[in-house]
Amino acid sequence: MERPQTEKAKEMLQITGLTHSYADGHRAIDGLDLTVPDGQLLSIVGPSGCGKSTLLRCIAGLLRPTSGTLTLNGAPINGVPDDLAVVFQDYSRSLFPWLTVRDNVALPLRRRGMSRKERRAAAQEALASVGLPDAGRKYPWQLSGGMQQRVSIARALAYRPSLLLMDEPFGSVDAQTREDLEDLVLQVHRTQKITILLVTHDIDESVYVGDRVVVLNRSPARVHADLPVGLPSGRDQIETRGLPQFVQLRAEVGRLVRGGAKVPGAAPASGGRG
Amino acid sequence: MTAAAVTTRRPAWRPGALAWRLVRGLAHRLLPLAVLIAAWEVATRVAESPFFPPPSDIVPRMRDMWFAGPASHLFFSGGARDSMAPSLARMTVALVLSAVVGIVLGLALGRSERALAYLEPVLQFARVIPPPTLVPVFVALMHLGTQMQITSIVFGAVWPILLNTADGARSVDATQMQTAEAFRLSGPQRIRYLIIPSALPKIFAGLRLALSLSLILMVFSELLPGTADGLGFELTNAQSQSDMLTIWAVIVLLGVLGYLFNTILLAVERRVLSWHRGARKANS
Ligand SMILES: Nc1ncnc2c1ncn2[C@@H]1O[C@H](COP(=O)(O)OP(=O)(O)O)[C@@H](O)[C@H]1O
Ligand SMILES: [Mg+2]
Repeated sequence: MERPQTEKAKEMLQITGLTHSYADGHRAIDGLDLTVPDGQLLSIVGPSGCGKSTLLRCIAGLLRPTSGTLTLNGAPINGVPDDLAVVFQDYSRSLFPWLTVRDNVALPLRRRGMSRKERRAAAQEALASVGLPDAGRKYPWQLSGGMQQRVSIARALAYRPSLLLMDEPFGSVDAQTREDLEDLVLQVHRTQKITILLVTHDIDESVYVGDRVVVLNRSPARVHADLPVGLPSGRDQIETRGLPQFVQLRAEVGRLVRGGAKVPGAAPASGGRG
Repeated sequence: MTAAAVTTRRPAWRPGALAWRLVRGLAHRLLPLAVLIAAWEVATRVAESPFFPPPSDIVPRMRDMWFAGPASHLFFSGGARDSMAPSLARMTVALVLSAVVGIVLGLALGRSERALAYLEPVLQFARVIPPPTLVPVFVALMHLGTQMQITSIVFGAVWPILLNTADGARSVDATQMQTAEAFRLSGPQRIRYLIIPSALPKIFAGLRLALSLSLILMVFSELLPGTADGLGFELTNAQSQSDMLTIWAVIVLLGVLGYLFNTILLAVERRVLSWHRGARKANS
């Protein structure tokens, strides 16, 4: 484990007492506390409908919390923070079908005051880093689902965020593609050193990808459990998933997701809490 | 800001390919047309009615009226300059005005829920008023002439563009909108890269309707007394002299023009919205 958060790492995201009720009165999040240190890859897992997307949208500044505070790098989140990028689950509707892949990736960079040439170069570099060096001139709908999701990851990376939010990014691709994309996220995290929050309802995925797993309560969402993942950081789809530690951890997370109580003796998230 | 801003981002525009497409499209539809004309010829020859001259008489008349000019003028004659050119100029100016006004207002309305809620009943009401009935109002308000004629065309043609654009701008996909928000696109960037492209299929539907409406209104506004040129004027003029052959020549010319414009618009649409067809095919 050479991940920095085991030392006294800087806190990137701090959420205290977050509550969000929708206009119809439905309370999706109720008093959620969460702290994410710089550089962590945090999995957030919970049953569908428990409020995961609502949480991410609050962090992204797309939704205003009903109460509670969120701070990113020490500054309160009012509106969409500048150095944050989002990868949505629905890649086919998140990419713009009238723009080529390269223009999709380069579009957000217009806010960065880059020249056309710089934007194109940055887009090309990001596409290469997700394994799509030759897709730039194509349109998103000419690509497979997995490739489209790679494009939206490239778009997020080109934006150079310090915090990357992913909302069930692999929920609608086949199993093989999903594994490839999980490894892509791990690789991105390793090489680009950005903080990543990955929301999923897939228990295996949360353990395989995360440095730490946060389990949310059934609606309204609160932090039900917070577990460090002590797996070696060089992860491998076959080897890692075969480790006794992995098997044990995913059983534990599975039990917690189904509403099981926290085992009193189990250590709290030693790696996670700042 | 308008459609042109978006079209420039499409693959390079090749006029040659467009022309070829036009020719091929026309050839495809030519066969049934040829059959129809042959039947028409036979029927009118048999009937020998003075009110229904055969096409073989109408076409030479059309040539004499408009296409007897020198090759340097692409065979357009002075008659074309006096009747076709003013009509087409009015129609073009009015159509461009309608498109600009309709698209700009439509985008604004479509993106402002409150404005749309307030104005929708009024707009629907204004839209169902048969446009020609407004022409006498404009005649009373303005001098007879080009200004009145253009106003009349615009007031008929602007509605389908405006309402379709508003509809398209309103139904921008929620995920795409959130994407634009999450990546902090500015207002103008959202309009140009998200809202206009999203609304473009609807905008084209509106333009097609507006095109046929403006052709109708162009002729209608020229039928009024006080008009001195244009195809509509030529029609009334011929009618006063009981010149059936000229009347038919104008009618056929209007049909050809309408068909031609529509074909051009469709070709442009196919080019500009190629992504739309591709994406739809990919999703089905
Ligand atoms: N716009 C909305 N208005 C009202 N309720 C909503 C809205 N969006 C989501 N919800 C409700 O909030 C709860 C949490 O939703 P969401 O955050 O999307 O869950 P998840 O992403 O975990 O599946 C669900 O019960 C859902 O029905
Ligand atoms: Mg969700």
